[in-house]
Amino acid sequence: MAINWYKYASPASFYSLAGKMIPFFAVVAFGLLVVGLYIGFFVAPTDFQQGEAYRIIFIHVPAAWMSMFLYVVMAFWAGIGLAFNTRLSSMMATAIAPTGALFTFLALWTGSLWGKPMWGTWWVWDARLTSELILLFLYIGFMSLQAAIDDSRRADKAGAIIALVGVINIPIIYFSVQWWNTLHQGASVSVTQAPTMASTMLTGMMVMVFASWMYSIAVILKRVRVIILERESHTAWVAELRQKGVL
Amino acid sequence: MKPRHKKLAVITAGVTALGFAAVLVLNAFQSNLVFFFSPTQVTANEAPIGKSFRIGGLVEEGSVNREEGTTVKFAVTDTSEAIQVVYTGILPDLFREGKGVVAQGKLNENGIFVADEVLAKHDENYMPPEAALALEEAAKAQKASLTQ
Repeated sequence: MAINWYKYASPASFYSLAGKMIPFFAVVAFGLLVVGLYIGFFVAPTDFQQGEAYRIIFIHVPAAWMSMFLYVVMAFWAGIGLAFNTRLSSMMATAIAPTGALFTFLALWTGSLWGKPMWGTWWVWDARLTSELILLFLYIGFMSLQAAIDDSRRADKAGAIIALVGVINIPIIYFSVQWWNTLHQGASVSVTQAPTMASTMLTGMMVMVFASWMYSIAVILKRVRVIILERESHTAWVAELRQKGVL
Repeated sequence: MKPRHKKLAVITAGVTALGFAAVLVLNAFQSNLVFFFSPTQVTANEAPIGKSFRIGGLVEEGSVNREEGTTVKFAVTDTSEAIQVVYTGILPDLFREGKGVVAQGKLNENGIFVADEVLAKHDENYMPPEAALALEEAAKAQKASLTQ
């Protein structure tokens, strides 16, 4: 069966598709969250050097990974929207930004809470921490620039440029612990090397990563639906929904 | 070439050029992005003299001496060079012999590093205490068999 993908590039058909997908992703996200937190807090063993305090890793690492990954996805959609003038792509980028910013804030906040007992400080200006803070500013910059421009098509274009320029920060965050001396530890899990974590710890962390993915998809689809309605409020299909009393 | 493909090409080229510029800038600032200096760099006079800087490495085994009050003396090593450090204050929980440490302070005229802040740097390994113990014993056994 061939799926006509282009059909879903139209905001009207994507609106109803997204509506059908949200409950699925929300339920899976909740299930994974419960399992992940259970493994993290009750099954995973105590760490040999950090004791119980290391358990914040089950929130910190998924949040930090999502903060970087969502930025790349946001910049991708913003870039597609800029190049091909597809409305839905730009709406996706706009919908991703708040969730990305939330995860960046979570990563910085949990990192700070972790740093105080382990390193002996809430914050240092090392390359990893500083570049992650810049990521938060990029998300905030993207959102405020879009909010400051009334014409949504112009707002999309301006936002896309910030998003694309900021992509350079992502490899800097990722490789900062390799390229420079940092207080932040090196990567425990990477593509090229075997993970340096006990397997139950790793399982708990990966379940939390998938929970964050599912959560992100659910809330981003929810947000993109609102954006579609807002921007398409003048169209016939939205008027039809209004008449049916669905809205 | 369709106009929208042209637009995509321009965007790709723009991002690539920016990435290249970023690489050059980061290269130029390489020395300013260093969070700490290693003992080898300090002995080679690469660290700023008379100014406050950070030194990082491992706390040398058997080098920790607690003096009166909260003053503590220890050596920071990168296994080839070691620098003596003196610090008055509370050490972080993870401060241990053989483990990572980053200290901020100045070198005095005797070549001793007077720290006003000591932070612990932990590594990327996570495992239960039993596994760590087993690894340690395996390492000891290997060392013993090597010296025989």
